[in-house]
Amino acid sequence: MKYFQEKAETMPLSELRKLQSEKLVKQVRHVYEHVAPYRRKMDELGVKPEDIHGIEDLPKLPFLTKGDLRDEYPTGYLGVPMKDCVRIQSTSGTTGRRVVAFYTQHDIDLWEDCCARAIVATGGSDEDVLQVAYGYGLFTGGAGLNGGSHRVGCLTLPMSSGNTDRQIQFMMDLGATILCCTPSYAAYLGESMKERGIAPDQNPLRVGIFGAEPWTEEMRQAIEKSLGIKAYDIYGLTETSGPGVAFECQEQQGMHINEDHFIAEVIDPETGKVLPEGSKGELVFTSLDKEAFPLLRYRTRDICILSRKKCACGRTFIRMTKPMGRSDDMLIIRGVNVFPSQIETVLLKEGYTPNYQIVVDRVNNSDTFDILVEMDEAMFADTVSVITGREKALVAAMRAMLGIGPTVHLVAPHSIQRSEGKAVRVIDKRKLVTDTQWLGK
Amino acid sequence: MALNQLSVFVDNTPGALADIAEVLANADINLRALSIADTERFGILRMIVSDNRMAVSVLKGKGYIVKETEVVGVKIGDQPGKMAEALKVLDLAEINLEYLYAFCARTERHAYLVIRVADNQKAEEVLTAAGFHMIEDSDVAKL
Repeated sequence: MKYFQEKAETMPLSELRKLQSEKLVKQVRHVYEHVAPYRRKMDELGVKPEDIHGIEDLPKLPFLTKGDLRDEYPTGYLGVPMKDCVRIQSTSGTTGRRVVAFYTQHDIDLWEDCCARAIVATGGSDEDVLQVAYGYGLFTGGAGLNGGSHRVGCLTLPMSSGNTDRQIQFMMDLGATILCCTPSYAAYLGESMKERGIAPDQNPLRVGIFGAEPWTEEMRQAIEKSLGIKAYDIYGLTETSGPGVAFECQEQQGMHINEDHFIAEVIDPETGKVLPEGSKGELVFTSLDKEAFPLLRYRTRDICILSRKKCACGRTFIRMTKPMGRSDDMLIIRGVNVFPSQIETVLLKEGYTPNYQIVVDRVNNSDTFDILVEMDEAMFADTVSVITGREKALVAAMRAMLGIGPTVHLVAPHSIQRSEGKAVRVIDKRKLVTDTQWLGK
Repeated sequence: MALNQLSVFVDNTPGALADIAEVLANADINLRALSIADTERFGILRMIVSDNRMAVSVLKGKGYIVKETEVVGVKIGDQPGKMAEALKVLDLAEINLEYLYAFCARTERHAYLVIRVADNQKAEEVLTAAGFHMIEDSDVAKL
């Protein structure tokens, strides 16, 4: 099996454009009728559903941001009555930034199809045993790949994340051939198997499908070597359904976007102007088929390049590079979204001045997360136990806010590096170099 | 009327202590005693100095975080066993030490313990009852 849905995946461009246009007109009408906050946005711009005749009219529509979704938490952007929904998933974010995505059965079916396409694109079939080591639950990783695996007909091992001993035992005993998880967990599994004396050619794995956090070409090579597999990238956001919006094929040259279900645009993050194909800019998605959580022109904040260049795999879907960065200040650390503003909030609440610096690095293929905090007079004491107690309280408050625990270092006042008087808030030492050679430039 | 100690937050970086010493030296401040509590990430420098007010002012002027804490200063004989004697008194009164350091005077044959406990008053009471003498800030300059 080369494609999961050959007709869609290899559709000639003219046909694809026609299909997208038809679906867009319908989706805009659906949103305008059922999603009040987006209707207001359209009304403010003076755009009516009748003004949208096809994909060429897409730039007339207003953008949607994560902030918009958060402001209408939880059901503001719901496109159908709640009773028609069968599931929610939610972003990894924190209380303040959580977005709840709703799904009808139709939406789940399409999402799982997208994940199934991703699995088949790596050479997967119903002969495979697919181990899902993404977290299950609100996180879309586990649910998406689990569903896609069922659709392909793989024997699915719903391991969820963690419990490395059990992961390895089931992988070996049941002969898992495809592994789905975050790239950092894949790297960790590789290390753990090495420690247990299992050589790369002794495990049954053939393929890995990794996503939900940024990773580099070097990391791909390291994982491929340590697990003896081919490692493929998969992309998605909870807001757009989850993983599977875009996926890598066996050519391993960028990710194909499932264009029969999503329109991708790249814009200038400053002006909002749509950029021509091949330009580097912020990725914007418009859903075409979603019922429960239809999003028009959703700004992902991920920076990438799109290319229509013909792919040797035969798929006609446009390809995107791995995200090359963000157009906002969000960091993705161990798969969790972290905003510097959240750290500032915690510091102020805990009685510190907001003089801090976030240092992110990648050691042994796993993210390190350190926060330097300048000591404040009010928080200083003459005993170590009092200060370490305060440090622990700070870490606990950070963990409660962010979902992951940083290492906090209290440092002397004015010791944090400043650039033109402004403290340098984020130092990201992870070298996230994106392969763009295939773009041919 | 007690003994006041200065504590300064110090980064665990090369030269951090030298900088503080220089600030104090430039202000002509004499150190009577000091101790450092260090962790992997930071240190707390604790000092008994000749002029607290001046020391606080010059250190804060240089951006340091300084705290003044009342501690118990006990005069003991500069002979073996004297510290044990004083600590025994605190132990019997069930007073736990947070930390302690000591120094010898230049001018007399005595040593001094700087003791940090939760309840200074109680510690001073039991030590005085056992025949020990306490020192105060005003004594420090003379030592």
